[in-house]
Amino acid sequence: MGQYSGPAVKTTMTHILKKLVLIVLVNLFPGMAQAAVYQEPAEFVSESFHGNPPAPKVLWLTPEIRQEVEAVLGHAPKGMRVRYWQEQTQTVWIMDEIGKELPITTGIVVSNGAIDRVRVLVFRESRGWEVRHDFFTNQFKGASMQEDGRLNRQIDGISGATLSVRAVEKLARVALLLDPRVNNR
Amino acid sequence: MLLAPKRQLLAFTATLLVFSTGQAAETPTPEQMWEIIQQQQQQIEVLQRQLEQTSQRTDEIDVKVAETEEKVELAGDMLEEAALAATNPGASASTNIGGYGELHYNNLDSGDMLDLHRFVLFFGHEFQDGVRFFSELELEHAIAGDGAGGEIELEQAFVEFDLGAYHAAKVGLFLMPVGILNETHEPNTFYGVERNAVEKNIIPTTWWEGGGGLRGELAPGLGYDLAVTSGLNVPVAGSNAFKIRNGRQKVSEANADSLAYTGRIKWTGMPGVELAMTAQYQEDLTQGALGVSATLFEAHADIRRGAFGLRALYARWDMDNAELIASSDPAADGRDLQTGWYIEPSIRGRVGDIPGEFGAFLRYDVWDNNAGASNLTEKRQSNLGVNYWPIANVVFKFDIQSQDNENGDDDNGFNLGMGYQF
Repeated sequence: MGQYSGPAVKTTMTHILKKLVLIVLVNLFPGMAQAAVYQEPAEFVSESFHGNPPAPKVLWLTPEIRQEVEAVLGHAPKGMRVRYWQEQTQTVWIMDEIGKELPITTGIVVSNGAIDRVRVLVFRESRGWEVRHDFFTNQFKGASMQEDGRLNRQIDGISGATLSVRAVEKLARVALLLDPRVNNR
Repeated sequence: MLLAPKRQLLAFTATLLVFSTGQAAETPTPEQMWEIIQQQQQQIEVLQRQLEQTSQRTDEIDVKVAETEEKVELAGDMLEEAALAATNPGASASTNIGGYGELHYNNLDSGDMLDLHRFVLFFGHEFQDGVRFFSELELEHAIAGDGAGGEIELEQAFVEFDLGAYHAAKVGLFLMPVGILNETHEPNTFYGVERNAVEKNIIPTTWWEGGGGLRGELAPGLGYDLAVTSGLNVPVAGSNAFKIRNGRQKVSEANADSLAYTGRIKWTGMPGVELAMTAQYQEDLTQGALGVSATLFEAHADIRRGAFGLRALYARWDMDNAELIASSDPAADGRDLQTGWYIEPSIRGRVGDIPGEFGAFLRYDVWDNNAGASNLTEKRQSNLGVNYWPIANVVFKFDIQSQDNENGDDDNGFNLGMGYQF
C-alpha cells in the first residue's frame, strides 16, 4: 500500500476550486442576502380588500382566548395581542409560527367563518419552503373548524416539510378560532 | 361645547326680530342700518373665534387620543418583550430554541438495552432579513466522556443567506441532502424505534459535512441542492475497512485533502408526494492514503395521501479500484460496491374517541456492505410495528424486528421507544 499521489493537474484544479468556493461563499453571498419574502404583508392585506384595506385592529388575548390559542399551537402565544383587519364578515390575519427553528409569516383570510385564502408571506426555515406553493395552500380554501378544534378536512402534508406544514395548519386553526371573537359569532 | 355659540346666535336673532318689529312702522335710517350691521359683524366675529377655539380643542383631543393609542401600543410592545424575556431568558424575538429526544428499549438477540439514544437542542437565530443561523447540538447515549458510551456532537452549525425569494446559500456544518431521514429525523416524523438499516449503513445517516452549498427552486415544486464539502475518510484496514459509515469525519479536525461534490433534485409538486435523487462524487475516500474515488447514487419516494403512506428508497456506492480495496484487508473484499433498498407501507389515523393518532407500518430492508464480493453477504430486516401520537409532538413506538443475515448472525426481537420534539 504505497502513498497515493494523483496527477498534478487534478491537484491544481482542486486547489483552484477550493479557493473559488471560499471566495464566493465568504465574500459574495453576504452582500447578496435578500430575504425569502414571497409577498409583503401589507400588500397581502391590501390585495385581500381589493386595494382598499381598512385600518388595522388589535385583538387582546384575554386569559380565556389565550388558553384556547395555546391549545391549538401547543405552546403559549408569544404576543399579548393579535393584529387583524376587518370589513363586514371578512377578517385578515398576519401571524408567525415556528416550524422547526425560525418563524414562518403567514397571511390568512377568513370569510363567513371559513378559510378563503392562505398564503406564506415570509419563510425563514432552512427546509420546507414548499409550503408556500398554491398546490399546498389551496387545500385550506373553504376549511372551517369542527367542534373538536380540528379542521373539517384532511390537509395532505409535504414530505420533508412536516414541521412547516404543521406550523401553517396551526395558524389556519388560530385564525378560525379568533375570527368569531371579532365577528361576535 | 358647541351649544354656547348656537345659543348666542339665537339670542342675537331674537333681538333683531324684536327690534325689526318695533321699528316696522318706520324705515331705519342709513345710520341705524350701519349700527345694526356693525353689531352683526361683532357677533359674527365672536362666534367665529368661539368656533375656532372649539375646532382647535377637537384637534387637540384627536392628537391626544392618537398619542394615547401610540403609548398603549408601545406599552403593549414592552409588555410582550418583557413576557418573552421572562419565558425565554437571554433570548430575543429573533432567537429560538427547540429540540428533540428519544428513549429506546431494545430486546434483541444481540442484547437487551435501555438507552436515552438522543437528546438534541436546536438554536436558531435571524441576524437580519435573509441572514440566519441554524444549529443542532446532540448528546448521544446520555453520558459522554472518557470511558463513556456516549458522544456530544454538533450536527449542524451553518449560516444561510437568502438569494432572493427562490434561492439560498449556506456555509458551515450541515446535513447532507440525501435520503429521507438524514435531514428530517425527529422521532415523531418516522416509524420504528430505530432508524431504518439502509439509511444507517449505506447512506450513512446521520451524515453531516462542512463546506458550502446552494439550494433553491427551478420551477414550482422542483427543488435542487448543490454542495461542496469535506469528504469521507474510510479506514483502510481492519474489520471496518472501506465501510462507508466508518468514514464520517464529523468535521472534527477533518482531513480536507479530498472534497465531495453533491447534487440533489427533488420534486414535491403535489401535496403528500416527494420524489428525489441525489448523486455525490468523492474525490478520494481515503484522503490520500490509497486514492479511491467513489460515487453515491440515491433515489427515493416518500408519499402520504390521506391515511396511507409509502416510503421506498434505493442507495448505492460504487468505488473505483476494487482490487486495491480487496487487498487492503480481508474484511474489505467486495466493498467496492455497497447497496441497499427498503420499502415501508403505512396507515395512520384516529381510533374511536381515543385522543391523538395511531399509525401502523411494515418495513423491509435489504442491504449489503460487501455487495462486490462473490460470496453472499446480504442482510435483510423486517419490522412490523405501531406508533401512537397522543399529541403531534410526542410519540410512543413499538415494533417487532426480524433480521435474517446471510452470515447467520441474525438479530431478532422487539423494540420500544418514546420520542418528543418541541
